[in-house]
Amino acid sequence: MQILAYTPAHEDFRRRLRAFLEAEVAPHVDHWEAETHIVPRRIWETMGDQGFLCTSVPPAYGGPGLDFLYSVIVIEEISRTNHNGLAAPLHSDIVVPYIVAFGNEAQKQRLLPDCVSGRTITAVAMTEPGAGSDLAAMTTTAVEDGDEIVLDGAKTFITNGINADLIVLAAKDPGVENPHQAISLYLVPADTPGFSRGRHLEKMGYHSQDTAELFFSACRIPAANRLGEKGTGFVMLMDKLQQERLVVAVMAQAGAEFLLQWTTDYLKRTRVDERPRSRSQDVQFALVEMAAEVRLGRTFLDTLIVDHMAGRNVVVETSMAKYWISAMAHRAAARCLDLCGPEAGLERCPAARTFRDTRVMSIFAGTNEIMKQIAGKFMGF
Amino acid sequence: MEILTYTPEQEDFRSRLRAFCEAQITPFADRWEADHEVPRDIWRRMGRAGFLCPCVETRYGGLGGDFRHALIVSQELAATGQTGLAASLHSDVVVPYIDSFASDAQKRRLLPGCVSGEIVTAVAMTEPGAGSDLAAMTTTAVVDGDAIVLNGTKTFISNGVSCDLVVLAAREPDVADPHQAISLFLVEADRPGFKKGSRLDKMGWHSQDTAELYFTDCRIPRESRLGEKGAGFLMLMSKLQQERLVCAIGGIVAAERILAWTTDHCRNTRVDGRPLAKGQTVQFALVEMAAEIKIGRTFVETLVADHIAGTQIVVETSMAKFWTTDLANRTANRCLELIGPAGNLERTPIVRALRDARIMAIFAGTNEIMKQIAAKFMGF
Repeated sequence: MQILAYTPAHEDFRRRLRAFLEAEVAPHVDHWEAETHIVPRRIWETMGDQGFLCTSVPPAYGGPGLDFLYSVIVIEEISRTNHNGLAAPLHSDIVVPYIVAFGNEAQKQRLLPDCVSGRTITAVAMTEPGAGSDLAAMTTTAVEDGDEIVLDGAKTFITNGINADLIVLAAKDPGVENPHQAISLYLVPADTPGFSRGRHLEKMGYHSQDTAELFFSACRIPAANRLGEKGTGFVMLMDKLQQERLVVAVMAQAGAEFLLQWTTDYLKRTRVDERPRSRSQDVQFALVEMAAEVRLGRTFLDTLIVDHMAGRNVVVETSMAKYWISAMAHRAAARCLDLCGPEAGLERCPAARTFRDTRVMSIFAGTNEIMKQIAGKFMGF
Repeated sequence: MEILTYTPEQEDFRSRLRAFCEAQITPFADRWEADHEVPRDIWRRMGRAGFLCPCVETRYGGLGGDFRHALIVSQELAATGQTGLAASLHSDVVVPYIDSFASDAQKRRLLPGCVSGEIVTAVAMTEPGAGSDLAAMTTTAVVDGDAIVLNGTKTFISNGVSCDLVVLAAREPDVADPHQAISLFLVEADRPGFKKGSRLDKMGWHSQDTAELYFTDCRIPRESRLGEKGAGFLMLMSKLQQERLVCAIGGIVAAERILAWTTDHCRNTRVDGRPLAKGQTVQFALVEMAAEIKIGRTFVETLVADHIAGTQIVVETSMAKFWTTDLANRTANRCLELIGPAGNLERTPIVRALRDARIMAIFAGTNEIMKQIAAKFMGF
């Protein structure tokens, strides 16, 4: 049964995006992964020019104002290129939605058109060294000083950390004791004095993704750069985390689907003792078991996409989907690697990259243990 | 997102059935388990109340319902804590053979009794030594004038002791291709030459009467053939999707019931003054099981919708059967751990659920067969 109602317009968008990615992205992925470890800005700009960034931004701010299924399409199609450097979904569906939902009219007019065109690349800075997924333990401070706000602290594991032109920063007011009321969000342009980037972090996976530490040392921004009401940062973050975790679930699901398809084709194509490897029962059962889990994940995820688009609160289910699908994707990747044999040890084998890239999906956007805590809490345990 | 929507009539059907189960089944489940049988009368009471064979057309005495009724019955019966009253097998697995393939005369003669519970049915496919491999079947059916002579043995037959009517799969010995040799026959339990073996002692399903069936020069009239001669394999194949979907539903509802009971237990039982459910290991276990059950239920409900729409979902149904029945076993095992020593007591409901879940991965085609079927239809 078809759960998601894709229209011909969606399908056309998918076709155009796929063609773009095949022409402009896929041929360069190996180079970005092995050599540059970053996706060039021009890709972001081309993507923006062709209407593939920030598809949900309303037309009043330069966007096409499309539904969340377009976001799903972008995540899925980028996953098909088997790399995670081009973090357009993070920009379009995680960071920019903070500005759309909580920015004032002036902020939106000023910032959103460039987010849509790819001239502004965004990042969100929540996680700190030593604090991990625990937002309440954050130590970066924001202190008012006349018409300005002074920021001090360090953030880490920031995706798009090197490319970012604009940071949505979470920081706390040191004068407020309750951590849930102390956090506010700020818009920090990357050229603000006192803001600096740490080195490009070397990672086990996501080799083409620029992940960095960010430092704020007496970094002064105008008071007008606060995003939303003072002290509501925690609530704003909570409000947007459902979509962030859903995005990760879609990403993991699409990764698992890509790799299982590739592995299935590979095992049908390659032979051992004259017989396609997919003819042996052990391989068949492994493929069927993975295909079953992939379908189970897909069905559940699609129902959550529908719920999310209808504006329903699906925090418990989304936490479950994030942890189960990301864990499933990595299990599948490990198993596909086994099925591929020695070939899987080679960098040219797509399974190798999927394997190392899926690993972090159970860790970021709130670890899978945090997902279980959240679900446990909302289930009343 | 609600995948299945129920009509007001179906909701009413559910609440009446729930009241029936609470009054007439659940209080007696322990006794049935200990006695290793379900009283014959409960079938008739269930039938008279309109809960058997709800999908049978009204002109043959049924409700003319759809497969959602089957899901409702499965779910409500799972809550009774016994598997002996195999109403789903009768209503959703055996009787559909008659409903789909019988002549009008056969239907008029048999279906009203099936609906009212006067006739309890069984389906006899599996043989000693053949297991899930239908093509290896050895029971024979030979035409002799106006009669058909049956010889052979069937085993692991649910409702084997209580059944009044058997849908029997047997082969014509001189047709070489096993796929064209099998026909189905309607065999009344009082036919000379038909004998029920003794009740088999089983690890689980204690209240369910499972038996061997013997056919020794058992003569039935030619008009007892169900459907076309030689079409047995195709008929079985066409109905196995529903049988396996029934099993997948059984797996999910069993897992749901086990987890619901265990969750309550962990909330209400204290260790060092603190509810078990406050411990992180317990919480994570409950969340993980709840997640898998939600994922499984979502998948199965989409398949129910597809099945009602007449979509061919052999691959997905095979996957659902193996995944949800494995899930029921995983869930039962893990819940038993969470409960601690009480998990060893017969009075703990999930003890029975654990031993009852085990066979679900085996019957209606083992889970390995499910994977073989999926692999075949996926072109591996």
